[in-house]
Amino acid sequence: MGLFGSKNSVLPGFGPALGYTIFYLSIIVLIPLSALFFKTATLSWDDFILAVTAPRVVASYRITFGAALLAACVNAVFGVLTAWVLVRYSFPGKKLIDALVDLPFALPTAVAGITLASVYSPNGWLGSFLEPRGIKVAFTPLGILIAMVFIGLPFVVRTVQPVLEELDREVEEAASCLGANRWQTFCRVIFPTMLPAILTGFALAFARAVGEYGSIIFIAGNMPMVSEITPLLIITKLEQYDYAGATAIATVMLVASFVLLLSINLLQKWSRRFAE
Amino acid sequence: MHVAKGFHKNGGKDGSRVSEPAAVRFLLISAALAFLALFLLLPLTAVFVEAFAKGWEAYLAALHEPDTLSAIWLTLITAAICVPANLFFGIVAAWAIAKFSFRGKSLLITLIDLPFSVSPVVSGLIYVLIFGLQGWLGPWLQAHDIKIIFAVPGIVLATIFVTFPFVARELIPLMESQGRDEEEAALTLGASGLQTFFRVTFPNIKWGVLYGVILCNARAMGEFGAVSVVSGHVRGSTNTIPLQVEILYNEYSYAAAFAVASLLALLALVTLAIKTVAEWKIQQGMSINEGER
Repeated sequence: MGLFGSKNSVLPGFGPALGYTIFYLSIIVLIPLSALFFKTATLSWDDFILAVTAPRVVASYRITFGAALLAACVNAVFGVLTAWVLVRYSFPGKKLIDALVDLPFALPTAVAGITLASVYSPNGWLGSFLEPRGIKVAFTPLGILIAMVFIGLPFVVRTVQPVLEELDREVEEAASCLGANRWQTFCRVIFPTMLPAILTGFALAFARAVGEYGSIIFIAGNMPMVSEITPLLIITKLEQYDYAGATAIATVMLVASFVLLLSINLLQKWSRRFAE
Repeated sequence: MHVAKGFHKNGGKDGSRVSEPAAVRFLLISAALAFLALFLLLPLTAVFVEAFAKGWEAYLAALHEPDTLSAIWLTLITAAICVPANLFFGIVAAWAIAKFSFRGKSLLITLIDLPFSVSPVVSGLIYVLIFGLQGWLGPWLQAHDIKIIFAVPGIVLATIFVTFPFVARELIPLMESQGRDEEEAALTLGASGLQTFFRVTFPNIKWGVLYGVILCNARAMGEFGAVSVVSGHVRGSTNTIPLQVEILYNEYSYAAAFAVASLLALLALVTLAIKTVAEWKIQQGMSINEGER
């Protein structure tokens, strides 16, 4: 029974274990992150606003958050489709495909970046096919979207998959007995059950895409105002020794990710309540 | 129950009750596979095709470059420090969180997950703000001739940050689901705390530990954004494999860049394979657990 009241356990080691956890968490994560806020606090309010609302910075928010939103939508649609196909149907190579869905988690972002850039470049496998038809992907905002779809791909699949697996088939049978056709059953019975999981996966994919750097910079072209993402702008400022500017933009990014994290937590709580 | 089973059979036969018509099924499977082929298989194949574009000998020569070898070496060292550090933390944190109840637990879990939602670039930046020349400790470090930023310690710190949650977030739910009955029984029978952990808890979580370690390792070896901010890109001394890939690519030595990248792609495939096995074993363990209850 300490400060935190570790009641009802005879197991040893609670004090040291919790102590070490908090200590390691503080020196690796909390103190370094707070450095960002302290550094930002040394800026005057006007300087801060000036740094985070400069036209080039605002253009980078628009492209970063806009492309991330679109990519999350693409992933929501194809994530549900993939999860559905993997859970409900059987086809040759299903196990392999299922394992491969996590590739974007395991493949280092720099590798993904140069590969996507070469596949979609004007003389690449897909680029040489798309370019003559007037679709430019590499070195345009469309390339950013492609990279973000790639890195966000597993999230919706992996959040929806377990929900579909647990879904009681008898409910669908009941719906069909009561006269619903398959499409009605899907829209009125299956989809509402999946919705919290879809939204959670959507938010996770969006959050990941907003912060992504490695897989995007190779394919983006990185033109200021057009295809420059916010994380890259932070690095550019750092390379120009504009620490204050970099810190101010990073603070905006960090606050955005806190807000996203909070909404993801709320969504997960909601889906758990839904499951019960 | 019997009736429901009968329905299921009927539904399966005419295909409309609980499944879709064969044509719809075929269409959905094709659409999903086309999407996955376009976004997963095609890039994965491209890495290896580009890597061997100039033949096997050029491939080997690219890997034998001194700068590349030193990048491989630095990556191995970084992973060898980060993975054990985060493994130890993960086990300790999971023990405290899963086996005891205390106030503020969900806040603590959220804070442990935090590095996942921070942009890699920001993860690197925070260490520059502390240890960089203009940072909190910068002047002191310079006076004592200690280099952290643009040197190996910075790379290690940034990598520990981005791989921080992997083991803990895998073990916490696993150990929570196993409860503490077995540990309590062991203690009652006279085992010491450490004996209880190594003989009772660890065998139960070993596949979870492997799962966390393998993902932590993949990220540690492949991290790019955070490391890129703190590394300073000194060839042959502060370049990890992903940074070496970037340099080669920007110098238009594509075949060499993809040759080095293929090492990381191979690592990713091995990671996925081990992860699949570990997942399967964890599920097996869980169903055995449920069977006993």
